[in-house]
Amino acid sequence: MRDFISERAREIPPSGIRKFFDLVLTMEDVVSLGVGEPDFRTPWNICESSIYSIEQGTTSYTSNKGLQSLRDALSRHLAKYYQLQYSGDDEIIITTGVSEGLDIAIRAVTDPGDEILIAQPSYVSYGPCVTLAGGKAVPVRCTEKDHFKLNPDLLAEQITKKSKALIINFPNNPTGGVMDECDLKAVADLVIDHDLLLISDEVYSELTYDKRHFSAAAISDLHDRTITLNGFSKAYAMTGWRIGYLCAPKKLCDAALKIHQYVMLCAPVMGQVGALEALRSSEDEKNSMVNEYRLRRNMFITGLNRIGLSCHVPEGAFYAFPSVKETGLSDVEFAERLLKEQRVAVVPGSVFGAGGEDHIRCAYAVSRKQLSEALRRMELFMQEL
Amino acid sequence: MDEKDLELLRILEENSRLSAEEIATMTSLAAAEVEARVHALEAAQVIMRYSTVINWEKAGNGEVSAIIELKVSPERDFGYDRIAERLSRFRQVRTLRLMTGTYDLQLIVTGKNMQEVSRFVSEHVAPMDRIRETATHIVMKSYKENGNALFEQPETERLPYSF
Repeated sequence: MRDFISERAREIPPSGIRKFFDLVLTMEDVVSLGVGEPDFRTPWNICESSIYSIEQGTTSYTSNKGLQSLRDALSRHLAKYYQLQYSGDDEIIITTGVSEGLDIAIRAVTDPGDEILIAQPSYVSYGPCVTLAGGKAVPVRCTEKDHFKLNPDLLAEQITKKSKALIINFPNNPTGGVMDECDLKAVADLVIDHDLLLISDEVYSELTYDKRHFSAAAISDLHDRTITLNGFSKAYAMTGWRIGYLCAPKKLCDAALKIHQYVMLCAPVMGQVGALEALRSSEDEKNSMVNEYRLRRNMFITGLNRIGLSCHVPEGAFYAFPSVKETGLSDVEFAERLLKEQRVAVVPGSVFGAGGEDHIRCAYAVSRKQLSEALRRMELFMQEL
Repeated sequence: MDEKDLELLRILEENSRLSAEEIATMTSLAAAEVEARVHALEAAQVIMRYSTVINWEKAGNGEVSAIIELKVSPERDFGYDRIAERLSRFRQVRTLRLMTGTYDLQLIVTGKNMQEVSRFVSEHVAPMDRIRETATHIVMKSYKENGNALFEQPETERLPYSF
């Protein structure tokens, strides 16, 4: 029999630390800081509205772009909170999570041989999505020295004639780094000078602490060359609902829509109904979750630094990204030993690409009690090293 | 009262057993400042006391509660205040409110059993001057008290890892 697996599928690297994750599954009494999703339940009013709509028989396809009411509500929401101008008629697509939005955005703009720059450390799917689209993923390193912001000089070093687009994600998974208006403007100049497209994944935008999120496409010179991705998973604790959205000027949006209609048709209607309720009346629920993450962050970062794991203060998302360099262990060794010796699960930073090595990702989307317990165990681990 | 005080109050309302040190790490204040602020809030009676939410039914020591609606004739110069204060002195009265609508005062009363509650109402509340009418509603089952669900909620399953 032939080997049916395509070259592209073969090209995607399997996770190098699969065994490590499998080990976590078999262990008991593990405090896991490895989970990249909120520990809260979806606010009940959101669940209720979705349940009610199912009872009313709202179970069919929606338009490819998604419910008009949801797109209009998003259009208003984005204008109000992020000064973004996208028409609900033809510049917003409701996607099946940001994951799908990312995929169709990349496929809409990538030709074979195109180089797609990726600010790293980054979420694990960016590179493989570029590979699957026939492009070449080019990492651009964000460093702790720069508070994990994208440094324009490091970006410039990686730009070639083949560069087509740049993918950024701020607030960032896994570092918690954010880019404010000033930081983005410095990058915008390069993007414009080299005629690049910007794909900005802002799924953690609502989880920005101590300041307001600034959206890349709010820079007027960037708006026409930016695809903004966002979703409901993180801010509203709706990960399993799989509702995200892609916003872009009509021409780009139309191209992404063609792919979306063939591969996904539309996002699940019950999720869209829930998302509409989230926008309409879940501000207080969202704010109280965000406030809780902020308290946990303060507590956890203080704790990490106290036990000797130096950690910059993440300004967004719900991840701490401390350095383990001082311990003399690699990030993978550190994570493996911490799991085996103290039963605390964290993710080695190298999973997230360039700039992630020598760091570990700790998600603080767990209760304060679990965070205290994790810190207690990590302190023991550090003392015994 | 500033934003930090409000934050302390929200944290303490949710869990008053946290130490000053623990609260300090969450709020980026010094522990001594947390203590000073909490003392000031106590002194100002903004923090009235620290109590515990207990599911007494689960403790095998269920109490009976009743909501009692009172129609009251208000007093010249005092309105409802004097009678409300008199009523509130009874240990059995856990909550007392002046309401809009078809009745005036609402009491939440607890007792060891139904007899105790009904004796309290008939012997102490109903005969009071100025109380024109009482209606007693016995609580059959409580599902949520002060924001705390009293029914078991299954743990949601999460993957041990996701990126």
